[in-house]
Amino acid sequence: MANSVKRTLVDPLFNDNPITLQVLGICSALAVTTRMDTALVMSVAVIAVLAFSSLFVSLLRNQIPTSIRIIVQLTIIASLVIVTDQILKAYVFEISKQLSVFVGLIITNCIIMGRAEAYAMQNTPSKSLIDGIGNGLGYGIILMATAFLRELLGSGSVFGVPVLPLATEGGWYNPNGLMVLAPGAFFIIGFFIWIIRTWKPDQVEAD
Amino acid sequence: MQHSASYNIKFATALCVVCAVIVSLAFEMLHTRYELNAALDKQRNVLIVSGLADEDEDLSREEVEARISNIQTVIIDLQTGMPVTDIDPGTFDQRKQATNLLTSREAPDNRAQVRRLPEHVMVYEARGSDETLSMVVLPIEGMGLWSTLYGYIALDADLETILGLTFYEHRETPGLGGEVDNPRWKALWPGRRPFDENLQPVISVIKGRAGSVNEDPYNVDGLSGATITSRGVDHMLKFWLGAEVFGPYLQRIKQEREAS
Repeated sequence: MANSVKRTLVDPLFNDNPITLQVLGICSALAVTTRMDTALVMSVAVIAVLAFSSLFVSLLRNQIPTSIRIIVQLTIIASLVIVTDQILKAYVFEISKQLSVFVGLIITNCIIMGRAEAYAMQNTPSKSLIDGIGNGLGYGIILMATAFLRELLGSGSVFGVPVLPLATEGGWYNPNGLMVLAPGAFFIIGFFIWIIRTWKPDQVEAD
Repeated sequence: MQHSASYNIKFATALCVVCAVIVSLAFEMLHTRYELNAALDKQRNVLIVSGLADEDEDLSREEVEARISNIQTVIIDLQTGMPVTDIDPGTFDQRKQATNLLTSREAPDNRAQVRRLPEHVMVYEARGSDETLSMVVLPIEGMGLWSTLYGYIALDADLETILGLTFYEHRETPGLGGEVDNPRWKALWPGRRPFDENLQPVISVIKGRAGSVNEDPYNVDGLSGATITSRGVDHMLKFWLGAEVFGPYLQRIKQEREAS
């Protein structure tokens, strides 16, 4: 039992990562990873929404009518996203402004509905909660790694703290403008997928 | 599992009620805090546009309030341009005025797509040590691509140059129209000239690249990939700074300036 709990939690980190293996949730991964603080807040928001949506969907799984299950899941997810958005606006206003529409767009993040439909509808609440947290962490870890590289190479800083002295301010580092733009994230995420699939060749899709 | 239609309807209704209650409760508990943050952010934007704070400066509530006290808030009657004293600036809400039929009028036909104009508007006036006016900060708003953009423009007291432009609220596409928040774009504005010699707004957001402030003072680069948002900024400046909105107020400022 303890082993299976650990597997549910840890598997989505590398073995079954929602971004690099399932290639879900890419839109927000491109949009909010120019800086680490926004990526962190986004990751926490997604983990919270994913954990609770899996929990609630699983609690109701025997009552949810099959014919309207998708819209039921969506209602639960949407409510959680609105509450999360309110909390962010009340407590981290600046960052919520930078995240702008992307908090609202968590509703359409395929990872969340994917887990509700594929896992929470069939499993017990405790397992679903752990699965939600695990997948959220899997999303978060790629987001943070991408944001780390983008902020470091694009702006020469980590969490807003200057690390590489910029040429524009008398240092030696010429920031890479591509990293600040969305295509930069494409390259980095592609790079991560390459690394993970080299490390775990069973993830490579058959031609 | 398969259920009857009546079960489905009951389930859906119950779920909607529960979700609605949760969302409303969250709003009730958090909205005062959010509104305080939004008001503070507005003041911070006034400070940024007027050069009293830096874009990336992390200011506490106390600091914002201390610095904003250097600027006077003045409520003006939009049609006469004269200050009014019987309205408390602390509780004044321009957007509420503009939506209330009793305190607003239909806006003249305009390309900024503003429908109603409030009777009163809150402007900010900064004065030098000798009490002469040094700067005015005016609220502006207008339609972009998806949303109304709300912002401020700061003008020097001669009405010769723009000191800054900023938007504190909009829902434009991040990365395209959302680039109105980009500090590099905002940095193009200071020093541009808003009016011709007859106080007609001539400042334009153009397609492509405008020259430097000295060579090309009446134009500002549009945002690439955001033609409609750029046009929106252009239209709202021409409307709000024009004779139909801030005209009377700006005329008064100019006359007072020339008289002194």
